[in-house]
Amino acid sequence: MGRMLALRDALREAMSEEMRRDDTVFLMGEEVAEYNGAYKVSKGMLDEFGSKRVIDTPIAELGFAGIGVGAAMNGLRPIIEFMTWNFAVLAFDQIVNNAAKTLSQSAGQFKCPIVFRGPTGSAGQLAQQHSQTFESWMANVPGLKVISCVDPADAKGLLKSAIRDDDPVCVMESELLYGHTGEVPDGEYLVPIGVAAVRRHGTDVTLVSFNKMMLPTLEAADILASEGISAEVIDLRTIRPLDARTVIESVKKTNRIVVIDESWPFAGVSAEVAYVVQKHAFDYLDAPVTRINAADTSLGYAPTFVEEYLPNAGKIVRAVKEVMYMRY
Amino acid sequence: MVARKKKTDSAPAHPKERYLYWYELMLRIRRFEERALVMYGQQKIRGFCHVYIGQEAVAAGIESAIRREDCIVTAYRQHGTALGRGVTSREAMAELFGKATGIVKGKGGSMHFFSAKHRYFGGNGIVGAQIPIGTGIAFAEKYKGTDNLCVTMFGDGAARQGALHESFNMAMAWKLPVLYIVENNGYAMGTSVSRTSNVVELYKLGASYDMPSEPVDGMNPEAVHEAVSRAAEYIRAGNGPYFLEVRTYRYKGHSVSDPAKYRTKEEVEAYKERDPIKLIESIIRDKEIATEQELQAIRDLIKEEIDDCVRFAEESPWPDPSELYTDNYVQADYPFIRD
Repeated sequence: MGRMLALRDALREAMSEEMRRDDTVFLMGEEVAEYNGAYKVSKGMLDEFGSKRVIDTPIAELGFAGIGVGAAMNGLRPIIEFMTWNFAVLAFDQIVNNAAKTLSQSAGQFKCPIVFRGPTGSAGQLAQQHSQTFESWMANVPGLKVISCVDPADAKGLLKSAIRDDDPVCVMESELLYGHTGEVPDGEYLVPIGVAAVRRHGTDVTLVSFNKMMLPTLEAADILASEGISAEVIDLRTIRPLDARTVIESVKKTNRIVVIDESWPFAGVSAEVAYVVQKHAFDYLDAPVTRINAADTSLGYAPTFVEEYLPNAGKIVRAVKEVMYMRY
Repeated sequence: MVARKKKTDSAPAHPKERYLYWYELMLRIRRFEERALVMYGQQKIRGFCHVYIGQEAVAAGIESAIRREDCIVTAYRQHGTALGRGVTSREAMAELFGKATGIVKGKGGSMHFFSAKHRYFGGNGIVGAQIPIGTGIAFAEKYKGTDNLCVTMFGDGAARQGALHESFNMAMAWKLPVLYIVENNGYAMGTSVSRTSNVVELYKLGASYDMPSEPVDGMNPEAVHEAVSRAAEYIRAGNGPYFLEVRTYRYKGHSVSDPAKYRTKEEVEAYKERDPIKLIESIIRDKEIATEQELQAIRDLIKEEIDDCVRFAEESPWPDPSELYTDNYVQADYPFIRD
């Protein structure tokens, strides 16, 4: 049995359950305590856990990310919330140069069990600086793990796994989808990092996506089904390590693949998926690997720009018909 | 050499063991670094290499004033700090050679020594990035309810990074047990302190955050010890952070590849007149704290130790190439991309 929960509530349950279980877990970030979270993910947590463990910071991403890294090296398990990953850019030095490298530099003497989390991607007409995705940036770095998932049940289980993980984990959420609901199982459960989910089984084409783009991808699968095309839909859930096997096995069955990825196209997640597929399923492909990304531009403010910039169901359906050599 | 007889009236300010500890540690660091430079010249050591020669009194004065269970984190001019923590000359020299027996198995080299058992958090190569990390280490000590502190060291160049201000601000707001120490050796690589800011007395940076701050003579381990002792007592009492500007000098260039043409010979010579090892040697002699034989025994010990650590490094094996894939993740079966 389960309950219908919004993404924000599922994420809060994950953090609260882990904080009840382990005294060394704490939450730190801008507006997480007294304001109850910029997006209400941490609502009520200050009341339950107190100001020692739910900590409001000044606006100083580099500083509090680094404090998290030091605390993690010294025996604690910090959850560092960024109001958005766009602001985390100020903290990339600590994530990339320290969190990711401490274990290697110290030859295994200092681990860094830390979670960096916050929303990523576009969220309406927020213009250039507030609309970016960072999965491919972080996933490029050995030493880090990257989760990007908006299904409430899976996001909860993955965040719990991330908090228990002894390696640093970047968790990418979605500002637009914090209210997105789904059935969340009752009781204790974990979702393993590094395993994709097949959301819909199909035989004609494989659609691979993650995070917010899962919604137009599933919508496209419905449209395709109504036209007699059976799409298999894979939610990567984890970006690093990438569950290549699930993707490859699906392509071996469908012989066609379209990757839907809100990142920019150059060296994005879609590029890595395309590499893996051509390398390991080359002889099974009946059409070139095709991808739908955000436009290779900065995102301007006007609604017409947003519509043009983002992948949507119509663009996905067109791409599927292209790889199936159908008229559209 | 005839032993000087110039006993001054005043009694030594510190116990004999402390003077001999300072003398031995500073001599160990000096001889280790001198030998490292020779080995670099022979290409036994590669990459970047920043030596601590001239700054030995800082490591010595800190270590005699804090506890073994306190933490230290510093930047990349760090061989001396690590030796002060108790990392052995063998582990340190083998690391410089890149050998499997090094303190981090040949994975860090000159900039990245770490030693969990000595509570030594590195060895950090990004200028100023260790300032928030040290603040976080202190945060964890407070969280766990200990009375340990974290000595967070950085150079005068790092004092110009934004990370310093973010850290100072949060450490004061949360009263964290952190002792910030800037080793002001006058130059951020080739750029003098006076060329990088209107504020050249670095301890004054603490004033913006109402952090107790003071300058210290970094060429004298007695002065460093006394300042660090006062600061540590203040911090352990739960009062929050403290900031010391330790004024020191590096005799060599920023790194082995720096001829240091941005400063005068006279300036370097003036500092060498105030050499911390000579200073402690003369105090020991003048105040008859120890005999010439005792000092000679320490010099012999260090000479043998440094010869030995080079032999050890030479004879040690390289790390196996497969070690490239260890210590990237704690997860033992992490699926690296290896196609």
